[in-house]
Amino acid sequence: MSIGHTLLGLLESGPRHGYDLKRAFDEKFGHDRPLHYGQVYSTMSRLLKNGLVEVDGIEPGDGPERKRYAITEAGVTDVQRWLATPEKPEPYLQSTLYTKVVLALLTHRDAGDILDTQRAEHLRMMRILTDRKRGGDLADQLICDHALFHLEADLRWLELTAARLDKLATAVRP
Amino acid sequence: MRPPQSVRDLTMGLRFAVTGGREGWVRLLLTALGVGLGVALLLLTTALPHALEVRHDREQSRSDFTYDYKPVAPADDTLVIADVDTTYRGKDVRGRVVMPEGERAPLPPGVAAFPAAGDMVVSPALKELLDSPGGALLRDRLPYRITGTITESGLIGSRELAYYAGSDALADRVNPPYVARITRFGTPNPTKESTDPVLLLLVLVVFVVLLMPVAVFIAAAVRFGGERRDRRLAALRLVGSDSRMTRRIAAGEALAGALLGLVFGTGFFLLGRQVAGSVEVLGVSVFPSYLDPTPALAALVAVAVPAAAVLVTLLALRGVVIEPLGVMRTARPSRRRLWWRLLLPLAGLAMLYPMIGQGHDGGGFNEYLVVGGVMLLLIGVTALLPWVVESVVGRLGPGGVAWQLAVRRLQLSSGTAARMVNGIAVAVAGAIALQMLFAGVQGDYTKTTGYDLTRAQMRVSVPTGTSVDRATAKVRATAGVGRAVGLADGYAGDTRRDPEHGTEVTLGSCAALREVAVLPSCHDGDSFALLGSPGDTDTPKLVRAGRTVYLDPSYQGEARNLEIALTVPHGVRQARTRHDLTGTERAGLLLTPGALPANAAPAFQGVVYVVLDRTVTDAAEHVRNTAAAMDPLASVDTFAATESSKKFTSIRTGLFVGAACVLALIGASLLVSQLEQLRERRKLLSSLVAFGTRRRTLSLSVLWQTAIPIALGLLLASVVGVTLGAVLLRMSAATVRVDWASVLAMTGIGAGVVLAVTLLSLPPLLRLMRPEGLRTE
Amino acid sequence: MTTTSAPPGSLLAAQDLRKAYGPTTALDGADFSIHPGEVVAVMGPSGSGKSTLLHCLAGIVPPDSGSIRYDGRELAGMSDAGRSALRRSEFGFVFQFGQLVPELTCVENVALPLRLNGAPRKEAERTALGWMERLEVDDLRAKRPGEVSGGQGQRVAVARSLVTSPRVVFADEPTGALDSLNGERVMELLTEAARSANAAVVLVTHEARVAAYSDREIVVRDGRSRDMERLV
Repeated sequence: MSIGHTLLGLLESGPRHGYDLKRAFDEKFGHDRPLHYGQVYSTMSRLLKNGLVEVDGIEPGDGPERKRYAITEAGVTDVQRWLATPEKPEPYLQSTLYTKVVLALLTHRDAGDILDTQRAEHLRMMRILTDRKRGGDLADQLICDHALFHLEADLRWLELTAARLDKLATAVRP
Repeated sequence: MRPPQSVRDLTMGLRFAVTGGREGWVRLLLTALGVGLGVALLLLTTALPHALEVRHDREQSRSDFTYDYKPVAPADDTLVIADVDTTYRGKDVRGRVVMPEGERAPLPPGVAAFPAAGDMVVSPALKELLDSPGGALLRDRLPYRITGTITESGLIGSRELAYYAGSDALADRVNPPYVARITRFGTPNPTKESTDPVLLLLVLVVFVVLLMPVAVFIAAAVRFGGERRDRRLAALRLVGSDSRMTRRIAAGEALAGALLGLVFGTGFFLLGRQVAGSVEVLGVSVFPSYLDPTPALAALVAVAVPAAAVLVTLLALRGVVIEPLGVMRTARPSRRRLWWRLLLPLAGLAMLYPMIGQGHDGGGFNEYLVVGGVMLLLIGVTALLPWVVESVVGRLGPGGVAWQLAVRRLQLSSGTAARMVNGIAVAVAGAIALQMLFAGVQGDYTKTTGYDLTRAQMRVSVPTGTSVDRATAKVRATAGVGRAVGLADGYAGDTRRDPEHGTEVTLGSCAALREVAVLPSCHDGDSFALLGSPGDTDTPKLVRAGRTVYLDPSYQGEARNLEIALTVPHGVRQARTRHDLTGTERAGLLLTPGALPANAAPAFQGVVYVVLDRTVTDAAEHVRNTAAAMDPLASVDTFAATESSKKFTSIRTGLFVGAACVLALIGASLLVSQLEQLRERRKLLSSLVAFGTRRRTLSLSVLWQTAIPIALGLLLASVVGVTLGAVLLRMSAATVRVDWASVLAMTGIGAGVVLAVTLLSLPPLLRLMRPEGLRTE
Repeated sequence: MTTTSAPPGSLLAAQDLRKAYGPTTALDGADFSIHPGEVVAVMGPSGSGKSTLLHCLAGIVPPDSGSIRYDGRELAGMSDAGRSALRRSEFGFVFQFGQLVPELTCVENVALPLRLNGAPRKEAERTALGWMERLEVDDLRAKRPGEVSGGQGQRVAVARSLVTSPRVVFADEPTGALDSLNGERVMELLTEAARSANAAVVLVTHEARVAAYSDREIVVRDGRSRDMERLV
């Protein structure tokens, strides 16, 4: 996720202090990992250098936290361009799991066990997310759903692979 | 050139009907089977008039007209024929002994050559009986050698028992009507079947009553599998056919069922026609060749049935909107209105009303009004029933789970329920009306014989040349005879010829005479004047000591009789009459053998009254054999409490056979639609069982679901049936009396059909309730 | 596979179940156990035998061999009537679809199991309405199943499965005919209601997101079960 673009987008609704920006970011997007102050300031200084934000005012005293930032025309254009550009779908072509399964088959270990263990682990994660969804607000629910759907996709792959283990074994063994 | 769109739609429907996969075939077959059974019954009906006519013609053409008392001189074209009909184990055997007196003697129909003396020709059924172990007793009675067969033209039914035996000793026994000399067979002036208006009324009503349920049944049969069909039509809408096209396609499907049904029906009919040849119902059998449908009526059936099928389908689809994504019944059908439904039966009554009392004074009935009125009344049942079911079911309160399931289902689809029982209701209503009519008219057509069956059950006439005492002894010695009383009857007039007054003369031992009179004392040689018989005025005039009377007087235009003069003995005493062995109170002169001049004996006809020992099987057959051994011409009568008109019996037979067929047919259609409904609910039934519903609960709910509409249907049928019966009785001017026994019997039969259907649908229900129904994979 | 005795404290436990439908083997040595108040998902590809396992556990279908113990009683030894009575009073059922009686109103449908147990109509419908409130479908009481949406119908079915306060609820693909939003709502209400009533839930599903509402899952493959917890 591009933190720069996210912070720029948050500035579009009006100028903010660095501290406010961090709070807004954490509240809306940083469920798992809150931003460090340092990350905010280093990003802002990069944006300032590129002319995408400007300093709107400075409170008396020292420290970077007293600067108030505002978005520039170029900044708005940049946010617009970022939002309009579709994300590149993740191809997931390099799968550790696949490697594990093939290796197990080649070394005559139980590949089914690997898949089942993985499934249990996935489900454990899904249970945690489902639980969190139950107590959370809409934002929580959407974010958890996003993760749940990905996990579900993995699980489907696990099912499919499990159903084709025999075929796979004949294909990979010399 | 392309055929018009409507024809293409119809053919498309026809094609759908035959290419619908296994499911489609089953549906088509069920429909065809149902329609086929209906068609077969219709064809049978169209064949009945012909069959009755042929029977009547054959009966007339073999008539030997023995009721002609004019003496005929023997010639080379005369035949002496004796009526020796007998009965064997309840079955009538038509018997004739013949003696041709010359080359040109008339041959009876169906007989190739006269049997020689001691030989006989027999009907195939009689031959079969005589050859079987069960015919041994009859074999003893008919001591003739079988030399030939009577062919179809000489018989009125395939199972008729008949024979012609040859003799050379009949010439001097001519004694009309039992033994006659004839020159031809057949009635000199043949008649059409006589049409007693009341009998005609009965026949017409029987036909209407039997055919109405068949029509209702055919209407139900073309709707078999309707819900599945509706779904298929919805799929057709999805791929772009409009609603008129789907209707035509549906009509085409129904047409396919009806056409195949016609084929099936013809097959059933031909099959049934062959079977009919080997069946005998209450003494009536027919030859297959009799059952030829009247061509015009058969053609009518062939056109009307498919047309009706299409019509019914279109009518049924009227309340249904077939949309591409499914089928919708037109949103909550408007409440059924009562007034026009009531109009139908009322119109029927109005049509019958003008004919009330017409049956009495020989006035005829208007056939069209009778048929129309009865039909409207019965159609009224089918119109009223849905309304009754809807209003009653809507008011039914809560009950147990089974009851609730059934009632709720009925509330949602009371029309389906009513349609299912319509046929039974119509059949029962008609049958009740007919039973009432029969019971009421029975008095007119059934004679009370007055026989007192507790005193004697049979009467054997003693042949000429055998003494009463010997005959009585022989009968008494027969197996199965408890008591035998021998009497001899004669008749005496006041003059030798054409007497104005006459009186019975009874000859018998003192013991025998005590069976007919209360005697103060009696010794051989006594004689008595028998007084006290109601309406008797001649005895006091003629039976006076010393008066001469003439036994067996002659009458003008007939051969001369014995005319034996008899003087009433001087010691004649008075005796009071009593009910004799046959239940009548006789009058006249009683003589003990000692009081009879030797020359008078031939004027008396000996009679032996027989009291049977009922514990001996075939007691009556043994008595008949004894009589036949004494003289083949000996006549034997079996007393019965009542005697009913033959014609009446056959109509009744027709009704019973028809009602049985119709109810069986309707039962079959009930079963089919019941099973279809159950199949559609398979998934639901399984899940109900899964959460612990008792099988008993579900079975009970199925029973309620049929029993409630049936109970309502039977109730309505009883009301309409009793009304119709009362009107019909008034029409034939008989006393109106509700025959509750027959009302109960008919509703009982209707209820029995329901019970049978429910029982038969239980095994599939239990099978459907198995948890396998839950499996989706 | 070793035959171990049922885990201590389990409410319903099955061992080495075998069942064949004609030539098709549906169960080939499956084990199962569930504790009071537990939600266990039965997963596996279609045709793996999960539904058959549920039918056996619920006493709907007797297994060809193996033991099923419920609350100390052996199901295999019980008569059909006895098992039916057990299902009526101790178990609840939710299926994928086609389980509501179309002629009965929703509240009558929910009250049905109580009435089968002999409860008077009024009382049964009062209890039923309470459950319908909990599942947020009490406004449908007078409607017939044909007049409500799939999600609503399924909630009515869930209310019905809980109305007798069963100790085990068997749910066979309860969300199979629903979209994911409705499906999740039904799952949420089902597990919540079951937990608060301390009812165990046997949840047959092939959807991982539905299974995620469980405490634990077992996987059925080729008629054999694997308890994932014990495996881990």
